[in-house]
Amino acid sequence: MAHKLQGSRPEGWLLSLLMVPVILITLAPVVRLFIEGITVDDQLDSGLFTEVLLRGSTQSALWHSLFTAGVGTVISVLIGGAFAFLVALTDVRAKAALVFSLMIPMMIPPQITALAWTQVMGPSSVLLKTLGMAPPLGAPQPLYSPMGIALLLGIQHSSIVFLTLRAGLRSIPPETVEAARISGAKGLRVWWQIVLPLCLPSLAAGTAMAFVTALGNFGIPAILGIPAGYSTLPTLIYQRLSGMGTTVLSEVAVLAILIGAVALLGVFLHRYFLGQRAYGLVGLATRPLEVRLGQTRWMVEFTLWAVIATILVLPILALIVTSLVPAYGVPLSWETATFAGWHETLFRQPVTARAFRNSLLLATGASLVLMAVSLPLAWSMQRHPNRITRIFDVLVDLPYALPGVVLAIACILMFINLPFTEYTLYGTIWIIFIAYLARFFTIMLRPVQSALQQLDPSMEEAAQSAGAGLACRLRTILLPLTAPAAAAGAILVFLTAFNELTVSALLWSSGSETLGVVIFNLDDSGETVMASAVSVTVVLVVIALMGAIQFMSKFMPKGVVPWQK
Amino acid sequence: MAKVTLCDVSKNFDGVPALSEVSATIKDGEFVALLGPSGCGKTTLLRLIAGFEAPCEGEILVDEGTVASARTNTLVPPEARNMGIVFQSYALWPHMSVLRNIAYPLEVGGMARAQREAKVAAALQMTGLTKYADRMPAALSGGQRQRVALARCLVADPTAVLLDEPLANLDLALRGAMRDAFAAFHQRTGATMIYVTHDQTEAMAMADRVAVIVEGRIVQFAPPETLYNEPANSFVAGFVGDGAVVDVNAGDRIGPTAVQVTFMGQPVTARSHTDRPNRLCIRPEDLTVSDQGVLRAKVRQCTYLGGRFRLSLKTGHGADLVVFSAKRVDVDSTLGLTIATPWAFTQEAAHG
Repeated sequence: MAHKLQGSRPEGWLLSLLMVPVILITLAPVVRLFIEGITVDDQLDSGLFTEVLLRGSTQSALWHSLFTAGVGTVISVLIGGAFAFLVALTDVRAKAALVFSLMIPMMIPPQITALAWTQVMGPSSVLLKTLGMAPPLGAPQPLYSPMGIALLLGIQHSSIVFLTLRAGLRSIPPETVEAARISGAKGLRVWWQIVLPLCLPSLAAGTAMAFVTALGNFGIPAILGIPAGYSTLPTLIYQRLSGMGTTVLSEVAVLAILIGAVALLGVFLHRYFLGQRAYGLVGLATRPLEVRLGQTRWMVEFTLWAVIATILVLPILALIVTSLVPAYGVPLSWETATFAGWHETLFRQPVTARAFRNSLLLATGASLVLMAVSLPLAWSMQRHPNRITRIFDVLVDLPYALPGVVLAIACILMFINLPFTEYTLYGTIWIIFIAYLARFFTIMLRPVQSALQQLDPSMEEAAQSAGAGLACRLRTILLPLTAPAAAAGAILVFLTAFNELTVSALLWSSGSETLGVVIFNLDDSGETVMASAVSVTVVLVVIALMGAIQFMSKFMPKGVVPWQK
Repeated sequence: MAKVTLCDVSKNFDGVPALSEVSATIKDGEFVALLGPSGCGKTTLLRLIAGFEAPCEGEILVDEGTVASARTNTLVPPEARNMGIVFQSYALWPHMSVLRNIAYPLEVGGMARAQREAKVAAALQMTGLTKYADRMPAALSGGQRQRVALARCLVADPTAVLLDEPLANLDLALRGAMRDAFAAFHQRTGATMIYVTHDQTEAMAMADRVAVIVEGRIVQFAPPETLYNEPANSFVAGFVGDGAVVDVNAGDRIGPTAVQVTFMGQPVTARSHTDRPNRLCIRPEDLTVSDQGVLRAKVRQCTYLGGRFRLSLKTGHGADLVVFSAKRVDVDSTLGLTIATPWAFTQEAAHG
């Protein structure tokens, strides 16, 4: 009957072995990248590092990155902050719909955002031509500029600020505000002296995260900046690598480390501010704060929906309009409207068909593999924590938080020569798949972890004393109870992978194009109508999947759906 | 059903001791309560017996078989111990019906279907849950959930039933009813039951013996009436029952179980097992309000308990006493008291 103590739960320790492949896939490439940056021919050498850093192109790209991400973050804070305060603190109606609509820009891939906005402005905008408002031919496209890039980065990431700040606002117990009002404070004074100081760490954390995400954005500066000759670090890396091939790998590794370092600084700031958030607020925020707006309520609501219309409806409308004309630049009317572009992209072009299939396979594969690994991994991290699992828990966010180009370069370095073999994964679809596993691991793991943490540990212990072994407990108790969270995580992974551009832009090869790459290439080669048609399809898929998660959210534990609670 | 033996069991969490050198034998079919303030280690002891924790030192035996030993590094995992446990949160699986919750231990054990159904039906019947068999746990009241948890842990005929503060989440009225149900259940099944609680009335009402645990040590393990009448130290005297503990000077022994002590300048005969006791435990029953009483004390507080009044008194020597009175007494008035034979014991310095 009795087993030796160490071997008493052999299955438990067997599960810990899962850590080995998981760490190899998620963290090893980043380490490999760092080593590449500081060595030349396997010797410690900072010569290349300093040489690349001192180049004019590097420094201007760094400055461009900081400038666009910085201004973009200010815009994100203005939009996301205003929405968070108004939605979380006042009695505006239809909050769920507002939140859902504000989330869509974040989930729409950035290259589609950029493409859509170029259809709203500029001399060849089909929408403006149709309305007869287009500027004369030869007028500049106002978005092909640093401020244009910053504006779209700001819109794209405003929901990050919104979500973090709203979560902070919701954790403020209403008693603190009621106590201030009993003391005689009113209106903006309460906001300024009580609410704002309490939510400042959340606001700062959201700001840091928005900055990091903007810094790593590739789609927007690629579509708007490349035509204007304005390079940020991600687009510089892309241009160098696609122009010169793998001979410049060491050099772009340095660039990747540079942007990775700046991003890491932002990640640390984000963590620091989140840590500051624990003020030790007493009382559960059961009732959310709700300030009555009274007479001005309809005005506030109108403004909020007008902003949503501008940043969401308008660009999508422009995309749809463009996708329906026979050739780019022709105004849309009943006579000119045609589905030729749609037909061409969806049924005739082998590249788009292949891209749809690739993206579908990659997204499905990544979500299935991650779903299968996450529950046993999260279980062993929670029940058998050791130094390795704790470090992994901190670092698993890294492949997602670091800019996509950094991960892409890291994966190329890691897998261009598989250790001990002649094989290479570079140029195959597998390198994209592995990069997706690494990048989206945290999206899948966190909801499962939080579902597992919210589970009363005695649920499992009750099964254990009923005689159930580990495999039996995982299957009959833990799996059914964490399934909704795992499903939500899987849909989020699918959604993000389906739209992904940054990583695949550097890793694709002929035959392994993804949807993101195809949209980018179609636009790059002037096939704007077809690019728009593909984009509209993608946007529809995104909204449908988000709707599915929204529908499922009432069956899920708290904190699983990112835009709820 | 079985006997459970603990031999010098110690448990540390990250170097912080939770249990120190605990030794005890729980007899076959006995109902034992582990009583102590929160954080005293009573739940840790229960989890050691269940197998969720491994002892750092010592051994645990069920009947004559070792289930955990720090010396030989052995640990029988919980799933192989066949113990039933009822958690404070009940830990019913929310995705299974009442029937499936109860049937689970038998399913896991691979019991044949017909036999399984008969046992589950019997467990449902015994806990009065037959008509709720198809409900989900979320649709049950607190008391019903409690009974499902009990039925689930009994269905597989466990060697012992472990209960971790099972009444803590129930309201007062239901608590009384469930207390009677547990006692009746224990009588009917003769199961070995180990019951963790911080509520002394619960422990005293149900258990055959109570182990009082303080700071990871069992300070007294005795039947409830012994705890009340003959507490081993100040903690037990204060934790169990009402009354006061005062310092005394011991005089001469006047029999095998009696000793003369001096209390408030008066000679008092006390029950004691030791020669030179230094503390006196005065229960309210030991005192009687009487005008002839030589002991004088001032009334500090008078609380109506229904049927009688509880008086808090302060003597001229500064000792606090408690006495019951049939009539209301004015606060700050002075009373005379006569004293029966209280319990005297030796308090060691370490326990203050």
